[in-house]
Amino acid sequence: MIAEAGHYALVLALGLALIQSVVPMLGARWGDVALMNVARSTALAQLLFVGASFIALVTLHVTSDFSVANVFENSHSMKPLIYKITGVWGNHEGSMLLWVSILALFGGLVAAFGNNLPLTLRAHVLAVQAWIASAFYLFILLTSNPFLRIANPPVEGRDLNPVLQDIGLAVHPPMLYLGYVGFSISFSFAVAALIEGRIDAAWARWVRPWTLLAWIFLTLGIAMGSYWAYYELGWGGWWFWDPVENASLMPWLAGTALLHSAVVMEKRNALKVWTILLSILTFSLSLLGTFLVRSGVLTSVHAFATDPARGVFILLILCLFIGGSLSLYAARAASLKQGGLFAPISREGALVLNNLFLTTACATVFIGTLYPLALEVLTGDKISVGAPFFNLTFGPLFVPLMIAVPFGPLLAWKRGDLLGAAQRLTAAGIAALIAIAVLWAWTHGGSTFAPLAIGLAVFVVAGALTDLAERIGLFRLPFGTSVQRARGLPRAAWGTAFAHAGVGIALIGIVCETTWNSEYIGTMKPGDSAKVAGYELKLDDLGQRQGPNFREMVARFTVGLDGKTLSVMTPSKRNFTTRGASTTEAALLTRGVSQLYISLGDIAADGGIAVRIYHKPMVLLIWFGPVLMAFGGFLSLSDRRLRVGAPKPAKAARALQAAE
Amino acid sequence: MTRKQRRLVMIGGSLAVLAVAAALVLSALRDSIVFFSTPSMVAEKHISAGKRFRLGGLVQPGSLKRGDNLAVTFEVADGSATLPVAYKGILPDLFREGQGVVAEGALDQSGVFRADTVLAKHDETYMPKEVADALKKQGHWKDDYGKPSASAETQPVQGAMR
Repeated sequence: MIAEAGHYALVLALGLALIQSVVPMLGARWGDVALMNVARSTALAQLLFVGASFIALVTLHVTSDFSVANVFENSHSMKPLIYKITGVWGNHEGSMLLWVSILALFGGLVAAFGNNLPLTLRAHVLAVQAWIASAFYLFILLTSNPFLRIANPPVEGRDLNPVLQDIGLAVHPPMLYLGYVGFSISFSFAVAALIEGRIDAAWARWVRPWTLLAWIFLTLGIAMGSYWAYYELGWGGWWFWDPVENASLMPWLAGTALLHSAVVMEKRNALKVWTILLSILTFSLSLLGTFLVRSGVLTSVHAFATDPARGVFILLILCLFIGGSLSLYAARAASLKQGGLFAPISREGALVLNNLFLTTACATVFIGTLYPLALEVLTGDKISVGAPFFNLTFGPLFVPLMIAVPFGPLLAWKRGDLLGAAQRLTAAGIAALIAIAVLWAWTHGGSTFAPLAIGLAVFVVAGALTDLAERIGLFRLPFGTSVQRARGLPRAAWGTAFAHAGVGIALIGIVCETTWNSEYIGTMKPGDSAKVAGYELKLDDLGQRQGPNFREMVARFTVGLDGKTLSVMTPSKRNFTTRGASTTEAALLTRGVSQLYISLGDIAADGGIAVRIYHKPMVLLIWFGPVLMAFGGFLSLSDRRLRVGAPKPAKAARALQAAE
Repeated sequence: MTRKQRRLVMIGGSLAVLAVAAALVLSALRDSIVFFSTPSMVAEKHISAGKRFRLGGLVQPGSLKRGDNLAVTFEVADGSATLPVAYKGILPDLFREGQGVVAEGALDQSGVFRADTVLAKHDETYMPKEVADALKKQGHWKDDYGKPSASAETQPVQGAMR
């Protein structure tokens, strides 16, 4: 009953989406307020029905109703409750349902909080949202129905892929989808603006918070996914340049560029045409990501199923939306009025530079990800493009961007003073040079690249702090005045500083981890000990343990430093009987921001066990950086000026703008 | 500066960055891509020693031998040829005899494939896509390698080591 209700709710949502696709458009054309307002009600009703459908699927999973194929294939009655819930999106059908639920959520939010939007713009935006929604409802109903019944219900399910039975599954996909799908809003706004042939600074003020929100979630989603891969897959890597990872990185790069170009548009009414194009490209890359992951053209941890019909369907959606929106862009972009002028050396100029490098970096990732696919289709040759390619292309493009980051916020709008900015960054530059010199001396004879890269990261962090210090007049004005100014500083300014510092901090983590990572791989027997990076790790014993739906072999290690016992680490190897699969559960010991990492291999004939031990210096900074970036994003989002749904900013906003 | 000059500066700068990026991409594509081969393709093409490539096929049953200090040797077969592989390290969780495997490395002078990475992108029923395609092309594909599409829940697991 629940399955049928869920299915029916999804069909109703499709019906509502179809109405929402057409009626508001007609209303906007005829100037009929009642018809335009239909969009609002249908968007909210759609959210209600998709929500009901999603809850139905969750209920089926929680109650282990194995008469539903999706539950049978991905669940098990012995599975802990949390994984019964998260298992809902741990498979193709369920994850697509989550995708459309989040799409409906964003549509509903625009409907609920978009009261300050001009009526026609809101009608157009919601109609475009409904086009996307209709396409994906059709996709689910026609090719990936999660509510299919099995004629003869089995007694027990086939269990969820053990690798996915982790708390990471509860956080990573929803976060990532909030990011991916969130960019649909800026896409809809862009298409709506093209349809109306009108775009102004106010448009950017409405788009920015949505873009920012999506970007925050995408940042956190990618970081979370990376940390999950790091501790779950058991070989200590955190980024593999896997096509699916690239699929999430591309919208992030384009989205970051969009975030910055929207600032120029809002503040200076310039770069309009470019911002529109970026909005379209960012969501197109999100769609491309969905295609790469869901079509089965790639084999990776994320590819759940390989059904050609699905691939073709998503490819059609992809062509329709990307081709359609780009054609519309080509036809209409010229009619959008040009904005304000600015000198190449100016805040706008710096943001253009940022956009240039981010989009170029995005393009190199795009080529590296799709070239193997294209080559296979054209010539039949199978190649793999791995980390070396991306390190050689992505890396060099990021260096000038990093150098430019601290300069941007210090340049004035319209015409900036590069020399003045450089003078104000002297302290940051000196800090970077000291960092390079100290590291060079300390790692005497080691890598020359690492100290330089860390110097660059220090420059970025110190540059972000310089910007704050300059704004509040630290050391220049009496301390009390500075504190007062700090309190009065717009939150967006704090947000910028935090986000930029986050980039530098992540870079420090990346460089330290890749350069000074030490590892020990070998066979150990109980009583043996290994020395890694000054730590002494002694294997005490090996034991067996029974979990809810697995058996595991647990190794106990005592960790000592300088003869003192620090802690105990218990890595394990789990065997899931239902699927006959095993997973490696690494043990982590955090020391400051560095970590010790142990994962187990197979037991050899002589009773020894293969063990991999890593010491990863500063590794936590890799994820702390993105968290800081997201925090900066939240600060920015909470800025009065940008708050989602805030009443139309009138004079106060203008005053704030002038003060910056 | 006039509007035109400003625009020229911007376009010139953009083109310069794009040119640099294109140069980087082309040089990286020449040096860092890795081709995929099966044992019989290796035999046909006479790949020279030291050239990196990806080897895919099935682990020959009974060929896995564990040596001292995590050294392992096994043979990769594709139905018409086999190639010995030597590897040092921990094999992925799902490495099994008779199952598909992809290894990355290069041939040494004696014709042994020295792998530095072993990937087992499969679960108990799954086959790496490259391996499946190669086997199908050579007519060695058996239906029981894969599972009928009715329950096409192939959730590959990736494992790699250096």
